[in-house]
Amino acid sequence: MASAAPFASPRELSERPVYQPSTPQLSTLLTEFLQQLINGLSLGAIYALIALGYTMVYGVLRFINFAHSDVFMVGSFAGFYIGRGMPKESFATGFLALAGAMVVCALLGVTIERLAYRPLRNRSKLTVLITAIGVSLLLENLGQFVFGAAPKAFPTLFPVHTFNVAGLVIGSNQLVVLVVALALLGALQYIVLWTKVGTAMRAVSFNPQAASLVGINNDRIISFTFALGSALAAAGGILYSLNYQAIDPLMGVLPGLKAFVAAVLGGIGNIPGAALGGLLIGVIETFVNGSRFSTFTDAIAFAILIGILLFRPAGLLGKLQVEKV
Amino acid sequence: MAGLLAACASRIDDYFALIISNIGINVILAVSLNLINGYTGQFSLGHAGFMAVGAYTAAAITMFAGPKFAPALTQGAGIHVLFPLALVGGGLAAALAGMLVGAPSLRLKGDYLAIVTLGFGEIIRVIFRNVDSLGGALGLNGIPAYTNLFWVYAFAALTVYVVVSLVNSTYGRGFLAVHDDEIAAEAMGINTTHYKITAFVVGAFFAGVAGGLYGHSILTIAPTGFDFMRSIEIVVMVILGGMGNTTGVIIAAVLLTLLPEGLRMLAGAPVSLPFSGPFNNLKWIADTRMIIYSLLVIVLMLARPQGLFSWTKRTATKPGS
Repeated sequence: MASAAPFASPRELSERPVYQPSTPQLSTLLTEFLQQLINGLSLGAIYALIALGYTMVYGVLRFINFAHSDVFMVGSFAGFYIGRGMPKESFATGFLALAGAMVVCALLGVTIERLAYRPLRNRSKLTVLITAIGVSLLLENLGQFVFGAAPKAFPTLFPVHTFNVAGLVIGSNQLVVLVVALALLGALQYIVLWTKVGTAMRAVSFNPQAASLVGINNDRIISFTFALGSALAAAGGILYSLNYQAIDPLMGVLPGLKAFVAAVLGGIGNIPGAALGGLLIGVIETFVNGSRFSTFTDAIAFAILIGILLFRPAGLLGKLQVEKV
Repeated sequence: MAGLLAACASRIDDYFALIISNIGINVILAVSLNLINGYTGQFSLGHAGFMAVGAYTAAAITMFAGPKFAPALTQGAGIHVLFPLALVGGGLAAALAGMLVGAPSLRLKGDYLAIVTLGFGEIIRVIFRNVDSLGGALGLNGIPAYTNLFWVYAFAALTVYVVVSLVNSTYGRGFLAVHDDEIAAEAMGINTTHYKITAFVVGAFFAGVAGGLYGHSILTIAPTGFDFMRSIEIVVMVILGGMGNTTGVIIAAVLLTLLPEGLRMLAGAPVSLPFSGPFNNLKWIADTRMIIYSLLVIVLMLARPQGLFSWTKRTATKPGS
């Protein structure tokens, strides 16, 4: 009975269909294994893109941006509206939609940080966490109000072709996902390691006070981090929608949570860790989904999270930090 | 005609009785979550999960265990014994789940704990979805309608009494100490782990009881009804009322239960405005309710983090973090 709840909402986290590229009947176990691996990697690449946003924001601000999963959703919708206005699927259309959505989300991320998080910079962590949850709810409900709650069919932005290689079925969209994700990861690595602003990001992450002492404008670097992370989430949103083909305002919740688990698995605040965690979560999830335990798919990520926090809280690639009083 | 009127009257009474009962259930949920989130400062997002454990356990007791082992209790005055037993059983099962969540929470703080409790809530739902004997994804139907206002308010009063006297006891000062400064509390010799688990177990117990009352009030429960949004509702009640302020939380629980019902009644009513347009009926308020709530949470955190109904500030300013 919905009236019992002041927040009656149509949200159902786990009952929605799971991202699952079509798996054909394969004769040998090895080809099936390889097939699942490819499916898992292309899903994992998307998780990795989202996880990078969590991990970078955690790096500079030490808090989990709950609204990140909804920025991912907004990215999908931006791609949807741009793609619908374009003539026909082609690589130009696809990349234009991708770039457009990334710009939209970068602006959104900066706006969120400016309006909601910056005034809370020196407040308790709990206050910031609740605000982030509030922003997430706001985006979801605004999304339902503006876009409508019903799922929408995502346009085929890129030309679609299916390749058959030695019994393996590889969709062109899976290749697009892998190529785009790798390119973006490379670009991010370049920005963070080799550019001035990337160096400043690392400095802020190491020690914000010392960074401001050597002349770094912390506010500007934090804005830039939000822009970068949100743009990656937008790219992730479009790549996810290309394979999943239906989008709705609550689509970000589960991928967002799994990407967060990926960030923690790799070691939160650690950029290569987030990429590794994303790929691992994607592969594990795809294998579980292909097994007898497919109904437990959504619980797997959380089980991994709880396990990693209990036994290796710093994550696979993270370093344990001693808390100083 | 008179019969029709009488039928309408009883229908309206049922409706109000349901709302009043929901208020009581939400008070139990909010006050028990306040012990975890407010007084102890362990931000939990999994209260709906505990509620689900309680609802399913209590329903299983009244539907399956009761008729099998004590058929005498399923009719007549027997239900007044069976039902509280079932509620307490649901509470105990939820408390056990609370202990399971509390155990990893010893090592986690803030954001991580929030995500882990959220994850636990989801795992509990996935498990119930896969237990066919409890209805699977479709849920459990035909739960006997045992909930009445007496039981709801008896347990609501018990919840408030236990939480208030626990926190105000000598022992309970430990919860506040853990909330204010965990490291300092530990240095003073307070077993913070012990307090955190206690908060989770007590909070989960009452959430389980509330779940049992809820199930026997709406008569059908499904995993869908105990999702993340349900937890968020309870969290918003606690935030709005002021974390660590039982009176405020009770007021917030009452208001937030009444508000959507009021809006629903207003939704169809026309309003006379000097201009014509989409605002001439109040439907838009009902449509944008959730947007307003989420904006309220953000604005509250920016402007009044101690909650709407807290006038005295208890929290000391913490250096750093």
